Amino acid sequence: MIPTSRQFKENAGRALKDTELQKALFRVDKNFTERRARAVKNLPEFESLRDQGVAIKNHVLDHLDHYLEVFAENVERAGGQVHWCSTAEDARRMVLDLCRSVNARSVTKGKTMIGEEISLNPYLAAQGIEPVETDLGEYIIQLADEPPSHIIGPAIHKTKEQVSDLFLEHHRRYGKTKRLTEGEELVGEAREILRPRYLAADVGITGANFLIAETGSSVIVTNEGNGDLTQTLPKMHIVLASLEKIVPTLEDAATLIRLLARSATGQQMSVYTTVSTGPRRPGDPDGPGQYHVVLLDNGRSKLLGSAFRDILRCIRCGACFNHCPVYASVGGHAYGWVYSGPMGSVLTPAIVGIAEAHHLPNASTFCGRCQDVCPMRIPLPSMMRHWREEAFAQDACTWRERMAIRGWAWLARRPRSYRQVARLVASYLAWRGRPTGRIADLAFARGWTATRDLPAPAGRTFLDLWRERGRT
Amino acid sequence: MTRDAILVSIRDALGRGPLGAEARDLVSEHIRRHARNLVPDRGNVDADTKVALFSRQIQETHATLEYVATTDDVPGAITRYLSGKNLPAKVVLAPALAKLPWNEQPLLETKVGATRGEDAVAVTGAFAAIAETGTLLLTSGAESPQTLHLLPEHHVVVVRRDQVVGSMEDCWDRLRAQGPLPRTAMFVSGPSSTADIELTHYLGAHGPRRLHVIVVDR
Repeated sequence: MIPTSRQFKENAGRALKDTELQKALFRVDKNFTERRARAVKNLPEFESLRDQGVAIKNHVLDHLDHYLEVFAENVERAGGQVHWCSTAEDARRMVLDLCRSVNARSVTKGKTMIGEEISLNPYLAAQGIEPVETDLGEYIIQLADEPPSHIIGPAIHKTKEQVSDLFLEHHRRYGKTKRLTEGEELVGEAREILRPRYLAADVGITGANFLIAETGSSVIVTNEGNGDLTQTLPKMHIVLASLEKIVPTLEDAATLIRLLARSATGQQMSVYTTVSTGPRRPGDPDGPGQYHVVLLDNGRSKLLGSAFRDILRCIRCGACFNHCPVYASVGGHAYGWVYSGPMGSVLTPAIVGIAEAHHLPNASTFCGRCQDVCPMRIPLPSMMRHWREEAFAQDACTWRERMAIRGWAWLARRPRSYRQVARLVASYLAWRGRPTGRIADLAFARGWTATRDLPAPAGRTFLDLWRERGRT
Repeated sequence: MTRDAILVSIRDALGRGPLGAEARDLVSEHIRRHARNLVPDRGNVDADTKVALFSRQIQETHATLEYVATTDDVPGAITRYLSGKNLPAKVVLAPALAKLPWNEQPLLETKVGATRGEDAVAVTGAFAAIAETGTLLLTSGAESPQTLHLLPEHHVVVVRRDQVVGSMEDCWDRLRAQGPLPRTAMFVSGPSSTADIELTHYLGAHGPRRLHVIVVDR
């Protein structure tokens, strides 16, 4: 997908005026945050598990080359294959080659963010292979031809009515001509339409929440069971995963699994947590005949040596989305690419470049809630701050921002001038605020004053007041 | 080769070459030992409490549950389940359960083996059950086709009391003890569900709409 992160401000403006979206976002805030809080409270060991989760991921990142080699060996030992891909293009081609090797005409897909990252669906479709999304949320946005707006709830921005309309429009070709109004009916119709697609698919593609080095396994976590049908019924199972999904052992996976669902949906466990190892065994009555892991780098190895390394601990639970006041206001599409919310504001610039995505690290109030709830304790605010510095260093911000930052830097290094300017500005603003103490319109701060008054300062600087009290 | 290029890129970023023999051994030791991390206390209880905890928690996930005395009582329990739900007297069985006295239920039609979705009710065993979270572990294999765990509308799982363990870690121990991992080891906590429409919870997204657990005492 082509990023539109450059238009963050326009995207955000539209989102704020979209009343349906605002209702949906309110639901996210209300549901997920309460459920997570309850789940965390019910597990006294949660904070200690977080510390251990962080330690596991840090240990893996320190020895990533080694664990990847061990993982690949064990995949092969179990009868599968690993395909190493540096770029999105490499990965797309690899998936296509694998599909062609079994003359695939249709593939089912479990939810995979890497699939979104490499824009797999349009690519396969252009080559005559029909991709069918099977996660209900992904299926809905595939019909709507939209990107996901939330990492664990790709269609949370859609209302029931919009889903009804989409189903009516797209299910006509299956002879479904009645407009459904109940959620239960919609879920049932999707089940009915997708069931034969699972059975007819030649290849099933899933993502991976974890890759286990010890056993060469991939792990997926779902509530619907769609990923399990996808990886069980076709002749070939392809796992799409990025490098940093590796964990050393089954025990390490257990620790992270305890954190994942609680942080994501507030469940103790998602309904299905499935460990897949190699293709079907001799004597197995079902299961795929081939098992392939397409391992994608796409810039991640370089991140290991950068200030953004900690983002590679991310387990994609979405807790930072659910607790972010900016995400809660504008939703996922405003961010303009596959990953949104606070983790997207850190990861997207690393993949598509800061020039494209320089607005995203600014889309933060630095309130710090994302870091508080992140099971992997990723310091998201300080990494966003770091991206802001990078944007300036790489000349990725606008001319006005540059001049403002330059001017500020000049002033901040000269305390005497700083004090004088501060004094001037403070008394000017106090004067402008008379008699109400509020400023309704200010030329250089229209972004603020367009929608609300700016409270006027006291008229004297802090330092002046401090001195007056004789505490120099 | 791409593999080598990626490994080199990782090592460059980490500021080192390939791990030396000693460092490799140290890291490999982590896998060989596969030591447990912190395991929550909740599942660390006596056998009876484990069964009670498992029963309570899996029912909180919208599954239903009953106890029977012996495995010989399972066919009768199935007949009752089917009539209680107004379902045709017809089930597909995992080979692991084929030897139960099904002929004592003359009206019940049974077949054994995998499914392609034509069966409404599957009855299977489990590899283990976890008290900590109210979770079943279902493994794939000749005795337990994975399609039975997924395609039928109703999934009935028979668990023996001695299969109820404390934690996921206990499952790993039992799995390792029986050899290499099966193709699929699926942890199941409740019937298939979705919240993808307006974050409302609906049962029966793609997998079984109903999950019924029969705990066998002996």
